[in-house]
Amino acid sequence: MKSSNFFLAFIFLFSVIVMAQTEKDEVKTTIEWEFNAQYRHFYDAPQFDNQLKDYPSIGIQPTYSFGWENGYQNFIASAYFSIDRDENRRYWDLREFYYQKAQNNWELSVGFKKVFWGVTESNHLVDIINQTDALKSFDGEEKLGQPMVQFSWFSSDWGSLDLFYLPYHRKRGFAGEKGRFRFSTVLEADAIGYESDKEEWHPDFAARWKHYIGVLDIGLSYFSGNGREPYFEFDDRGNIKAFYPLIDQLGLDFQITAGAVLFKFESIFRKAEQQEFFAMDAGLEYTFSNVNNNGLDIGVLVEYLYDERDDWALSGLQNDVFYGSRVAFNDTQDTSILGGGIYDLDTQTHLFTVEASRRLANGLVCSIEGRIFSGVSDQELFLLFFKQDSYFSFTLSKYF
Amino acid sequence: MINKYLNKMKKIILTLLLTFPILATAQTAEEKGLEIVSKAIEADRGFGSSSVDLKMVLKNKNGQLSERTLSNKTLELDEDGDKSMIVFTSPKDIKGTSTLTFTHKQGADDQWLFLPSIKRTKRISSSNKSGPFVGSEFAYEDLSSVELEKNTYKFLKEEGDLLYVEQYPVDPKSGYKKRIAVYNQAKDYRLETIEFYDRKGALLKTLSYTEYNRYKDKFWRASKFEMVNHQSKKETLLFFNNYNFEINLKDEDFTEMALRRAAN
Repeated sequence: MKSSNFFLAFIFLFSVIVMAQTEKDEVKTTIEWEFNAQYRHFYDAPQFDNQLKDYPSIGIQPTYSFGWENGYQNFIASAYFSIDRDENRRYWDLREFYYQKAQNNWELSVGFKKVFWGVTESNHLVDIINQTDALKSFDGEEKLGQPMVQFSWFSSDWGSLDLFYLPYHRKRGFAGEKGRFRFSTVLEADAIGYESDKEEWHPDFAARWKHYIGVLDIGLSYFSGNGREPYFEFDDRGNIKAFYPLIDQLGLDFQITAGAVLFKFESIFRKAEQQEFFAMDAGLEYTFSNVNNNGLDIGVLVEYLYDERDDWALSGLQNDVFYGSRVAFNDTQDTSILGGGIYDLDTQTHLFTVEASRRLANGLVCSIEGRIFSGVSDQELFLLFFKQDSYFSFTLSKYF
Repeated sequence: MINKYLNKMKKIILTLLLTFPILATAQTAEEKGLEIVSKAIEADRGFGSSSVDLKMVLKNKNGQLSERTLSNKTLELDEDGDKSMIVFTSPKDIKGTSTLTFTHKQGADDQWLFLPSIKRTKRISSSNKSGPFVGSEFAYEDLSSVELEKNTYKFLKEEGDLLYVEQYPVDPKSGYKKRIAVYNQAKDYRLETIEFYDRKGALLKTLSYTEYNRYKDKFWRASKFEMVNHQSKKETLLFFNNYNFEINLKDEDFTEMALRRAAN
């Protein structure tokens, strides 16, 4: 099979590089393990047959880092393993597996890596390089590893320029029959095809320019190739048909850091054969620092979300307002709480979120999360399938 | 007879004016304070860049201890404040979290935070000067680089080698009404202690610099900082190890690209 040969060649090449380097240089080696034990409880009755209410799960993520030449050369490998009652949430993913060389004002990375773009909190529009790991988290915050060749160049006058060659497209995973956050018929990752006849091997390209001028941080990006988000169509019987379209996407993001206020903006223009649209996320964050001299930081966030696709926006964020508050205690246990909601101005659908975390002992963190769907309107094309999927989760994370 | 007397007076006054010029050019306490702090800043100039490992021990009023470790790289700039990069190395759940700070002589600092769990770099507000740095008794303003423009000064007194200078922060967001810094004129004006007074003028904290070492025959660096909060009864100790002045860092080592690499 093509992909396994590619993979083996990769590993061989890296081993050679690493061994050649370690013979003559001092290598700094770090090995980290993260173990998560999570319990999710969905308190509403399931919408579809075979869905469950309780999901205990385990996640394991080992990371190996090798650094030499004082950190100017690195090799990082990290994988994520997951076990759950939902059969599609039993998987493993190569999150990172890359060699990196940095010199003067440039940097080259080859392999699986994760790259984050963007400044907003409720939706990450410009962040396109990595495929979303929708199974680990339905909010789009988690990503799958992405094979790439990345070349970055920096100038203090002009900012930085990142160029990406993305040889392979990763498919998005969806919940299985027993899982929550699924459609009425189970959507298997492999069932989603491609517009391109090269399928996942279509060579994709991306570029991003980023600069900071005083209080302004600005990024301009471009992507061409297999879209990471599947394009959905419903057939006459209401069945979902999906495929990955070929897209061209322009992204603009900026942040203005004016004292205690942060103004944030992200927007994309995506063009494909089937559709072209504009979407944006604009907002601000104001932080009350060191409240009452107790070290407490209270942040207030508000964002407006717009998607020209209207009802066809996969995220349902076509004319929505996000509001939230973030409290950081700045104590020795790094206690923090985030609470908020997203309200749809057209459909009145309301999604509440609460997240809290605290360190219990060195290397042991507990976190609580709650996502509550309130009044999901019948007009919501996609969220309608999740309307019974409000949940609370408790997670214990151990770090070695 | 009166003319003779007047002429004599004129001569005496003239002589007095010529032989005691010091009276006309005496240094004010403000000028002397500024001079001492300038000398202290000058004495530390020229180190180029440095790196150091830190261990932070936090002690609450019941005597309970908690620890953090971090590393700090600094790049000295002449035309503006220093650039610095901090990487947290423990506790394990925050390992790899790092900050990049460009200090400015005037106005707010530029600051970015890297979150390793999601590989995200965020530009953050640096207006929170008075808030505690990672739950310690050190406020953010206590750790940013020393710049002459950030305070007004007044020389207080001299006790042997020690020079006491009052410092009044210029920024109204500072948590302090004033600080009293003690400089050692026999040891290149290095700092020995600083007393911090809150906005009401009450004594809040005392910082002691001990276990000094001299690097490259010029730069004094204390291996131990002890910050005691007299009001909350909490303490924070900072232990500095592995000072490296040969590291030869450049501007390219203080970029968002480098921030992510440092987290490895």
